[in-house]
Amino acid sequence: MLKSVASAVSLSSLISTSAMALNVEIPMLVRETEEIATLSNLDPCPADLSIQGAELAIADNTTTGKFLGHQYSLKIHNLSVDGDLADVALSILADHQIIITDLPSEDLLQIADLPEAANALIINATAEDSALRDGACRANVLHTAPSLAMRTDALMQYFLFKRWGKLAMIEGTYPQDTAYAEALRYSATKFGLKVGETKTWAFDADMRRNAAAEVPLFTQDLRDYDVLLVADEAEDFGRYVAYNTWLPRPVAGSEGISPQVWAPVVEQWGAAQLHSRFEELADRSMKPEDYGAWAAVRSIGEAVTRTNATDAPTLRDYMLSPEFALAGFKGTPQTFRAWNGQMRQPVPLVTSRAMVMQAPLPGFMHQTNELDTLGVDAPESSCTAFKE
Amino acid sequence: MRISTLALMAAMAAQPAFADEIWVSNEKDDTISVIDIETLEVTRTLETGERPRGITFSHDYKYVYICASDSDAVQVMDPDTGEILHDLPSGEDPEQFVLHPDNKHLYIANEDDAITTVVDVESRTVVAQIDVGIEPEGMAVSPDGKIAITTSETTNMAHWIDTETQELFANTLVDSRPRHAEFVKDGAEMWVSAEIGGSISVFDTATQTETAKITFELPNIHPDRIQPVGFELGEGDKFAYVALGPSNHLAVVNAETYEVEDYILVGRRVWHMAFNADKSRLFTTNGISGDVTVVDVAKREALKTIKVGRFPWGAAFRPTN
Repeated sequence: MLKSVASAVSLSSLISTSAMALNVEIPMLVRETEEIATLSNLDPCPADLSIQGAELAIADNTTTGKFLGHQYSLKIHNLSVDGDLADVALSILADHQIIITDLPSEDLLQIADLPEAANALIINATAEDSALRDGACRANVLHTAPSLAMRTDALMQYFLFKRWGKLAMIEGTYPQDTAYAEALRYSATKFGLKVGETKTWAFDADMRRNAAAEVPLFTQDLRDYDVLLVADEAEDFGRYVAYNTWLPRPVAGSEGISPQVWAPVVEQWGAAQLHSRFEELADRSMKPEDYGAWAAVRSIGEAVTRTNATDAPTLRDYMLSPEFALAGFKGTPQTFRAWNGQMRQPVPLVTSRAMVMQAPLPGFMHQTNELDTLGVDAPESSCTAFKE
Repeated sequence: MRISTLALMAAMAAQPAFADEIWVSNEKDDTISVIDIETLEVTRTLETGERPRGITFSHDYKYVYICASDSDAVQVMDPDTGEILHDLPSGEDPEQFVLHPDNKHLYIANEDDAITTVVDVESRTVVAQIDVGIEPEGMAVSPDGKIAITTSETTNMAHWIDTETQELFANTLVDSRPRHAEFVKDGAEMWVSAEIGGSISVFDTATQTETAKITFELPNIHPDRIQPVGFELGEGDKFAYVALGPSNHLAVVNAETYEVEDYILVGRRVWHMAFNADKSRLFTTNGISGDVTVVDVAKREALKTIKVGRFPWGAAFRPTN
């Protein structure tokens, strides 16, 4: 439970809004992941992924908090690749009811389903499985990570906008590749497109040396297409596909133009300021996982600031209410979907050099909020946990 | 028609060689475009430091101050020659500022540092640095000079600075991403726009309490896209003109009732604005379309669009006689 100290403080004379000293300690549970051996070592995965995003948000919250007598701190709990979740989770839940997670879906559901977490507020900063927002949703879990469907829907909006109707795909063999490929097919169907021919990438040759020889042959027998999708979320082979295809076609998905919740090339809407604060803190660029954790901790800060409360039910209710809005540096208020706990947010479509467009794209209309054209919408959702 | 043309020509003939000007800072061109408000054309383009944003004249119009954000400097320019005379110590990343009525103290928002820097423009020294919220931007000073305001974009507050002690005496929450502040009605009220919150909060200056909230609604434009940024008060503070960012409109707000009376279509992502001398014309900076819209204030209509540099940001009026 968040510890609150209610007392008159010296700061109160400075503050014309209500002044109640609050001390908000936020635990964050992080499962280490097994590193996948990829073809290229060009982009090592930072060890402090997601954590630095949470740290930055703590600093942001603290600056605001000092004018209100609110203090924030982060407590990281690391789980090894095969470490037991239940013990750690129970020890956290013994005195905290708000938890940020960077966990795989199975872990997230396991902690959410603990009886001790029944009234907790868990914010999922990184897991993108669409099921967590649909059939496997939990009333005590909110998501600042986008669902995979939100990302792949963004890409399909872009294809429709460009009138690139014929899609082909190369799919990797890791579970995350398969999930991404499935999300692409789901989104294509949703927007009336079809992923045509699909080939599986299962080479074990060293493509750094012979991609220019192999990829043209590998893609030669695909029937004509407008854009080639690459489902390589493990970042193994995708980088060797672009410019090596048999037909001169753009590449999209995990490579080429890619739907990402955050990227260094997002620079409008004050994003440059968030990047520069992050780089000063972490000495590297801000990744989608960092953004998810930043948004989670900032959302808690925003809710504490506006409610003067630190208990999970009050903050959860506020975050799910129309009054809540997070300024997430993407040009539009970011709110939570009350039917499944997913944060609404734009999805930038980026290359390594620039943001090409940002979804939702012009022309994709919605009766209540255009951001709800991304991901599973209320009428199709099989999430019932939020209907009380 | 013929008569009015003749009248206009006569009026122009009666003018001195130089007409009044609107100065516009071009954030992504590192320049200032100078607009002649009679011909409505750009007459000069002046080079500045990197990423010029805030722009304001000294009260005697002898100097123009420019926030060159990426040069980490406030530049002082001679408006006649366009020559940079010197830099002021400004703290890092100055974005916006306001000149105190004493014509001597400049209150500068340092966006990257969560600081407001107070600079004495005569001795060119830093008088004080005040810790404020994250990404300070909106700056205002009361007409009597006793209170300065900084709004912080990510902390979502208006910070009230006592200009005697250079210390904060109040911090008031506003809606998300506050961008601009103004004292209104001889300082009785203080208004703050919130870009993501989509509102303007009206505060009673004496008590620092919020007394009203102005909201906006445009047909066929989603509320999320209606993002108030800069605003200015017209003659007698009867109407406020509010730039609504990516909705590409200016709102005309009745400052007594706080109701919006009209919307005027201007350029894309409208940021800030400046009036001419008698406040009959308003010049808005349109960031994305890279131009300035000239608005006929009485008719509430756009008259003309003037191409300026890339990403015009701030605007300031310069009388020439």
